[in-house]
Amino acid sequence: MVMTEEGIAADRAAVPAPAPGGRARRPRRWTAEAGWAYLLIAPTGLGLAVFYLWPVLQTGYFSFTEWGPFGGHEWVGLDNYRALAADTEVRQALVNTLLFALLGLLGIPLAIVFAALLNRPKLRGVSVYRALFFIPVVTMPVAVAMVWRWLYNGDFGLVNQFLSVFGVEGPHWIADPATALYALVAVCIWAGLGYNIVVFLAGLQAIPREFYEAAEIDGAGPVAQFRRVTLPLLSPSIFFVSVLSVIGSLQLFDLVYVMAGSGQAARSNPAMPRIQTVVGLFYDKAFYTNDRGYAAAIVMALLVLIVVFTAIQFRLQKRWVHYG
Amino acid sequence: MAEPRTAQGRMAGTHGTLILGAAVMVIPFAWQLLTSLKTLTNATRVPPTLAPDWRWANYAQVFELLPFGDQFLNTVLVAVARTAGQLLFCSMAAYAFARLRFPGRGLLFGLFLSVLMVPPALFVIPQYEIMADLGWLNSLGAIIAPGLFSAFGVFLLRQFFLGLPRELDEAARLDGAGPLRIYWSVMLPLAKPGLLALGILVVLASWNDLFWPLIVNTDPEQMTLSAGLASLQGQFQTDYPVLMAGSLLASLPVIVVFTVLQRHFIQGIAFSGNKS
Repeated sequence: MVMTEEGIAADRAAVPAPAPGGRARRPRRWTAEAGWAYLLIAPTGLGLAVFYLWPVLQTGYFSFTEWGPFGGHEWVGLDNYRALAADTEVRQALVNTLLFALLGLLGIPLAIVFAALLNRPKLRGVSVYRALFFIPVVTMPVAVAMVWRWLYNGDFGLVNQFLSVFGVEGPHWIADPATALYALVAVCIWAGLGYNIVVFLAGLQAIPREFYEAAEIDGAGPVAQFRRVTLPLLSPSIFFVSVLSVIGSLQLFDLVYVMAGSGQAARSNPAMPRIQTVVGLFYDKAFYTNDRGYAAAIVMALLVLIVVFTAIQFRLQKRWVHYG
Repeated sequence: MAEPRTAQGRMAGTHGTLILGAAVMVIPFAWQLLTSLKTLTNATRVPPTLAPDWRWANYAQVFELLPFGDQFLNTVLVAVARTAGQLLFCSMAAYAFARLRFPGRGLLFGLFLSVLMVPPALFVIPQYEIMADLGWLNSLGAIIAPGLFSAFGVFLLRQFFLGLPRELDEAARLDGAGPLRIYWSVMLPLAKPGLLALGILVVLASWNDLFWPLIVNTDPEQMTLSAGLASLQGQFQTDYPVLMAGSLLASLPVIVVFTVLQRHFIQGIAFSGNKS
């Protein structure tokens, strides 16, 4: 929305000033301006073409090839995709990744609650709270994963020590197939909470106070105000965060790689099949077992998944997202 | 006087909930700090003790297990190079897209934006091949090169340039300034908040990146901290106090930067967060 308004302003800005005398003849400068524009765009344009756009096409091509041990590859048609469809490891990774994406959405209501609390008028220490919630967002994911691996440790971990106070004997969270996925989802939500709070807080602060005053005059209590003023007006932010959260979860790699280990370490973790993500599997196939054609097919499947999910979210947004 | 008391009670409840939430955010790091100063025996004691042994030697040991100094320097160099590259290249392109008129502008910008929608995993096999062909594997160049260019950066800065009043370029144009002059002398100084926000986001992303550095560099001396720590975890018997010391040291610089530049940081996120 903001974008289109500014886009129009930009188009206006970009129209060259009419020549003196008011006749809109095309000034000679116009070509020079275009030349400068191409020159200014060239570095990023070439960089993106070489490192990003062309590679996407190449990965697409690679997904139809099989790689020999010494780097050569040959066209094998749909073989990789046929193997993909029958591969239980891939299927399980897809299921895991979808679960990460769906369960990760539970972080959104949590972030809204905290943002709403932080948005209360006359609340002191907002910036301190915001900074504390934000620390996990800026902390290196590898470090975050290591801390949580330690906290989740079945024998000495703080989580189980805490539970033992209540007489509960906790599992080996990350090594137990029954709990590993949920333990990781909790860390993802914990790590992303601060970011989402900041986005929601910005959204909440954009809601004019008069709306609440009007609602109060109409006799709406806090709950009704939240339902009928806050939620609809916050829906663009909720939509943005949910799209970002799903795309992020579908690409989860760092946390699982460090917490569960990769290569040999991963093979000794009994919970690995339950937490292996699509990107983790891709990394394993492409750079550990050097099966690059198959790895390419795996990420093509991921691309399809992301496109489908994002399309679904955009389709559904018409029903619940209100742009004021 | 029931009214103020309930308001007060509600405020206390708000603070209570926020303090509880903040505690859940901070306790892991406090525990990490305490563990990093314990002996392994003390760290694995059941039930645990809060008291650290003040074993600062754990921090020294990080430097023995890893070429930590080299990796720290690598991480700084990569972050600086990527940030400088993106600030320059992205601002150039962003200025052109926001302020200049040329055929194919919409199409080119759409092409740029399409990069944003593709998951990074789709880029890396060909990127790896490029680095291998150039003979750049196991060098900092391999880590830096793709990160010099960013569609996101162009998008973010374009938004900033669009927000500047157009009277500015008109006045400069009347004074006879060309596009390059306007970009350098008028637009760049005015876009400082945007440049700062993008700079912080690039430093953070670069500092914390694991996936790409893990792929191109297997030589510990050429690794960044993120990949170095991850390899430490795999290779050695797990000495948690040392691991905690290492990960604390590695993430401390960005936390300090964040604390100092918090306002700009939040602005960058709020700005990119409101793009829909």
